[in-house]
Amino acid sequence: MTSARDLLVYLAGAVVCVLVATRLRLGAILGYLVAGALIGPFALHLVSDEAAAKGVSEFGIVLMLFAIGLELDVRQLWGMRRSVFGGGTLQVGACSLVLGGVLFGAGVPWQGALVAGIALALSSTAIAMRTLGERSLERTPTGRTAFAILLFQDIAAIPLLALVPALSLTPVVAGAEHAAGPAWLGPLKALGALAAVVVVGRYLTRPILRPIAATGVREVFTAAALLLVLGVAELMHLAGLSMALGAFLAGVMLASSEYRHALESDLEPFKGLLLGLFFITVGMSIDFSLFLRRPLELAALVPGFIVVKLAVLRLLARPLGVDARQRWLFAALVSQGGEFAFVVFGLASEAALLPGDWGPMLTLTVALSMASTPLLLLVLERLELRRAGQQKKIYDAIEDEGAKILIAGFGRFGQIVGRLLFASGLKATVLDHDPEAIDSLRRFGFRVFYGDVTRLDLLDKAGAARAQVLVIAIDDVEAGVALAASVQKEYPKLRILARARNVSHYAELRRLGVEVVERETFESALMLGRRALEALGCPPHEARERAVKFRRHNVRMLEDLLHEWDDMTRRVQRARAASDDLEQQFERDRQALEERGVQGWHMQDAAAARAAAPTDDRASSPPPDATGAQPSRASSASGVPPAGNAPAK
Amino acid sequence: MALVYAHPYPDRSRANRALLEAVRDLPGLDVRPLFDLYPDYDLDVAAEQRALVAAHTVVWQHPLHWYSVPGLLKLWFDQVLARGFAYGGGRALAGKRCLWVVTTGGELDAYGPSGMHGHPFAEFEPPIRQTARFCGMEWLEPIVVHGAHHVSDTELARTGERYRARLAALEAEGGARP
Ligand SMILES: Cc1cc2nc3c(=O)[nH]c(=O)nc-3n(C[C@H](O)[C@H](O)[C@H](O)COP(=O)(O)O)c2cc1C
Repeated sequence: MTSARDLLVYLAGAVVCVLVATRLRLGAILGYLVAGALIGPFALHLVSDEAAAKGVSEFGIVLMLFAIGLELDVRQLWGMRRSVFGGGTLQVGACSLVLGGVLFGAGVPWQGALVAGIALALSSTAIAMRTLGERSLERTPTGRTAFAILLFQDIAAIPLLALVPALSLTPVVAGAEHAAGPAWLGPLKALGALAAVVVVGRYLTRPILRPIAATGVREVFTAAALLLVLGVAELMHLAGLSMALGAFLAGVMLASSEYRHALESDLEPFKGLLLGLFFITVGMSIDFSLFLRRPLELAALVPGFIVVKLAVLRLLARPLGVDARQRWLFAALVSQGGEFAFVVFGLASEAALLPGDWGPMLTLTVALSMASTPLLLLVLERLELRRAGQQKKIYDAIEDEGAKILIAGFGRFGQIVGRLLFASGLKATVLDHDPEAIDSLRRFGFRVFYGDVTRLDLLDKAGAARAQVLVIAIDDVEAGVALAASVQKEYPKLRILARARNVSHYAELRRLGVEVVERETFESALMLGRRALEALGCPPHEARERAVKFRRHNVRMLEDLLHEWDDMTRRVQRARAASDDLEQQFERDRQALEERGVQGWHMQDAAAARAAAPTDDRASSPPPDATGAQPSRASSASGVPPAGNAPAK
Repeated sequence: MALVYAHPYPDRSRANRALLEAVRDLPGLDVRPLFDLYPDYDLDVAAEQRALVAAHTVVWQHPLHWYSVPGLLKLWFDQVLARGFAYGGGRALAGKRCLWVVTTGGELDAYGPSGMHGHPFAEFEPPIRQTARFCGMEWLEPIVVHGAHHVSDTELARTGERYRARLAALEAEGGARP
């Protein structure tokens, strides 16, 4: 491990440089790269053991690909197969042909030109995906095309690494330790490792994570998550495959699991820090003395590489199906050289495929091209800005993939809310911290995710920024209030609908400004009250009307009390006044109903009728009653004139 | 026979209660007190339709509310007499008979030519009648009780008896019908 002093240097460098870089709107990646260049062996030389950092930092890429995998389930991945293999082959083929050709023309032997051409065609997954993430472009079609190509490159890197020793121009075969054992053993090991990853990801992880999650000890879950990802990476490494690729695969296997969001949010800080460390180590590898030794070559090589790759990618953008407005953006995103290039150049130099200073020069070129990406995008954005006249036009195509509604807490209460919504065809994302409940619900096809729902980062992962409605259905009063308060601050546009355990919880939420609050027992108690009225002989419809009036009265009283909730004596007074009021109201209701029963709907008419006749009965000329054989016409106390009322048959 | 009964305050009713009591125990009568069954206006459409299918005669009994049926009975029309069931492909009610039994607060002369309601009572009947006819039902002579609050007990009892006799006759006839 890195020494404590080195750690301080890394952290300080990262904090200072990233702060400055983001202030200058250059992006965090450039900040890390500059920090690395500054503290590295070729500048201030503040770090004693670079190799240690380098080893650890690779896990940043591993974790990143795991996180990317978590975003894609198997079905989506299968749907991408054409853009991965078709698009990827096209990009790697075309770029390596052109770049290799240029190198060959510049005097590199053909074997070296071939290997280095392919290596330069590969891009940096770390840079490209981080940049996509920083600009929330991951879900755009352009982002997906870029990602498909990066995925193919990760696959292509494996045979490339095998190609170098095969072409070796020195009798001592580089990387000979890999070739131990018979030739068929390699592919077999690789297949075995891949199968193991699928089995672990698909079938073993969930039963293992469930009891761990049930302990409720958060850091143990985090540790288990790290163990899983790094374990898979190590397994792939042993089998001679790309660690990042293995992690990606494991991520895909877990994409549809309920732990997806928890894994994402728990690994996020590690991923971020380790990726930062990775960029720092790239920065540290920049050998400034080379500028002094070969200024002319580098002056041609660095811009030359970027311009050539950018041009080829721009030409490929159309056949790759990139939207017309985003072709330059796409080209810039994957224009840099990638992590694999460093490894390939190292091996190729050993194998004498890259004579002289070619190896270090190309390494430097790739490192600088990584730093160029944020700058290129900045320039592009400025140009775009000038052309479109307004900002962010290029980001219009962001697809909205998340659910419109989130339900935090899926116990007895949230379930009813959720089931009603599901039954109405609304896709809700459900968050809960009880693994038992989640498991059974998943069997019914719910999209339920495990995690501490009061954590904002989990909400963020679940799509709080895109959702319209958040239902807070957890039973913990304090947590519910705290969550409502922080969501209001972080996501002012997200509408909150909350469950209240009792009146004071109701008041607290309402006073926070939560618009919709329902007391959990109120409606069911009202219903039982209705049933009690019925049991005592009140007809159901009247019982309902009483309950409805009671509800309205009660809620209005509560709302009136809100602004002076803290004043205990006032509250008691008002509550007493309100209950007197209720009695009066019931009395009025009853009277109103009685009156109608006695006096009828139009007292006027009744009065007029009484005025017109001496008796109330008004037994005036009943109509001639029809005999039993004929259907009898309307018979009433007053009689109905047959002419007037006979239905037109 | 299905008796669809729509009184929002059944225990405060005078006229409708007297009429209902007069027929309630008739054999073959399925009384459906809507306001008791569905106080939340949450009609069980399937159950209502089943009751109609089983009946040879449908009775709608209610107090007149604003020259029409009480709200819940209107909802019952809207939801139970559904397309595909009662009309538009469905003919579940075709050939059944429909009896309208209605009480009004207004006296007979208030429905007279110079009465405060402006129209003879017969002019308020067509929407109900046509509802039944549109579903293919045979419209029977309605039973109307005017001045429901002032009608004498004897009068009410006599109307009740006639009501009972008609339903009994319909039941005898209905059983014989195919
Ligand atoms: C909301 C409402 C509307 C009414 N509208 C009318 C009306 O339009 N015409 C009329 O004659 N009576 C009207 N009435 C009076 C009722 O028809 C009358 O109270 C009822 O028939 C009495 O029957 P009962 O004793 O079974 O309750 C209305 C009553 C209520 C409550």
